[in-house]
Amino acid sequence: MAAVQTTSERALNRIAIVGVLIATIIFLAPIYWIVSTSFKPRNLATTIPPTVLFEPEISPFVKLVLRRSQMREQPTPEEYAAAPWWERLVFDGGEKVVRDGQGNVQLSGYPSRFVNSLIVAIVSTVLAVGMGTITAYGFSRFKVKGEQDWLFFILSTRMLPPVVVAIPMFLMYRAVGLNDTHLGLIILYTAFNLSFSVWLMKGFIDEIPKEYEEAALVDGYTRMEAFFKVVLPEAATGIAATAVFCFITAWNEYAFALIMTRRTAQTAPPFIPSQVGSGLPDWTVIASGTFLFLLPVAIFTFLLRNHLLRGMSFGAIRK
Amino acid sequence: MTTLDPRSRAARRGLSDLSIRNLFIIPTIVFLIVFNIFPLLYSLGYSFTDFRASSNAPANFVGLDNYRTLLNDPFIWSNFAITAKYVIVSVAGQVIVGFGVALLLNRDIPFKGLITTLLLLPMMLSMAVVGLFWKLLYDPSFGIINYALGLGRFEWLSDPDMALYAVALTDIWMWSPFVMLLSLAGLSAVPKHLYEAAAIDRAGPLYTFFRITLPLVAPILMIAIIFRTMEAFKTFDLAYILTSQPTTEVISIRLYKMAFQEWQTGLSCALAYIVLIMVIAITNIYVKYLNKVKER
Repeated sequence: MAAVQTTSERALNRIAIVGVLIATIIFLAPIYWIVSTSFKPRNLATTIPPTVLFEPEISPFVKLVLRRSQMREQPTPEEYAAAPWWERLVFDGGEKVVRDGQGNVQLSGYPSRFVNSLIVAIVSTVLAVGMGTITAYGFSRFKVKGEQDWLFFILSTRMLPPVVVAIPMFLMYRAVGLNDTHLGLIILYTAFNLSFSVWLMKGFIDEIPKEYEEAALVDGYTRMEAFFKVVLPEAATGIAATAVFCFITAWNEYAFALIMTRRTAQTAPPFIPSQVGSGLPDWTVIASGTFLFLLPVAIFTFLLRNHLLRGMSFGAIRK
Repeated sequence: MTTLDPRSRAARRGLSDLSIRNLFIIPTIVFLIVFNIFPLLYSLGYSFTDFRASSNAPANFVGLDNYRTLLNDPFIWSNFAITAKYVIVSVAGQVIVGFGVALLLNRDIPFKGLITTLLLLPMMLSMAVVGLFWKLLYDPSFGIINYALGLGRFEWLSDPDMALYAVALTDIWMWSPFVMLLSLAGLSAVPKHLYEAAAIDRAGPLYTFFRITLPLVAPILMIAIIFRTMEAFKTFDLAYILTSQPTTEVISIRLYKMAFQEWQTGLSCALAYIVLIMVIAITNIYVKYLNKVKER
């Protein structure tokens, strides 16, 4: 009896392993494809059958960050030989690097959009997690009248479709001159992430025993000292996990960025798709821009994999 | 004077608990009211006017005209119908794929942690950027999807009937991992002894699944469904980037076009309110189920 069962169990396990393998391949294939396309020479990006084996190039990344224009005439062999290696890569693609009057290389729109994304995502994450942590502590440790209602109000701000909030925000921002500014986006993303940060941090702080602070108070700490020296260190992993979630949300946000920014403060998510345009897009450059943009999130996901699992199911699963 | 109560002693040296509580909570509440509730009230005012943000003409009060126009507009209803269809297809797909993969992963699988992490990647990405590169994958002449499935020059995004399903398919790829994650958490909470008892009773795998696994995972699966339903209802980026078919114009895209391309600010504020009321209705369902699950 027991032997029979282990055989069928083993068979089921084998089916599960094969199934998981297939699912993993299907789920990761699109990501693999974007990464591999970002290292392809342009002529191999859109071949049929698709090119799987090729010599990786970094020319898409060079082209991504430089401003280029179509070549009217071929560079002379002397010019070609005198040009630095990255300029030769652009020559080989049938384009040349655009320089200003002083002969300085011009950058494409991508690097500044990437930096904008970094500024907006990092600052709004710090603000949302900072405010979220102290508010969560307030709700977790003190009596608040109508606590459940307040918490629900905080959560409800997250449930609105971004476009709905964006219409009045656009008008208000236009009135006070916050459109197309970093500060404008930072405020929006902080407001957007704050609710999530409060809920997530409340879960983490609730799990820190109250006795820790009480012991600190007996030792002569003030409430504030107890919060900073006892509670915050205990909540460190929770803060890290919350920060990653807020960063990912702000980093990936599209609708507000599309509506509220034009140039100065534009982030990468509305910028990358706008580069496709009409005509024949250079998919290798678009893929390299996408790949660079995905990289921070992929690294975070890997580094914080264990906390992510807990954070993502917040509220749903209580031990 | 000495007192043994640590709290009052600490309170006298630093801030009182009450002021700390207010200091910690009130700024957040004020911030959220200013940047979430105030704009909504602001647009409520505009929803009763014929204001256009593109012109300098002052706003005229038109009463409930905007709401009447919208509720009588068959195109708006078709936008809602498209949204509903999209929500149903993509959420159903995510539940089937996500729960299916979770069931497989719940067995003895080597490198389980690594695989789970890798499968989370799609949901960590930007929907706009995902939409962009799926455009490349869907391309009829050189996309790898057509090549891998041997479909020739199948038009995923330019065929009006197919485009919505293509968008939903991308959404399923992106968010099945979320359902999978919650399902895994639910599955791992099912007590092992129930399966042992079922094995002793010689219960078949189907019986075990429908009588033990499914009922115990159902509450968490329900939460995943509600979460995803609300998110799918809000969809904008993915559909907007992937294709511009009238058949994929979900309500958020209609709202965006009305507000920022046609500049019918007053009318779009009214539509935003109609959407808002629907979201509140869905949210209430969500809270009802959440409380039910917590009482479990």
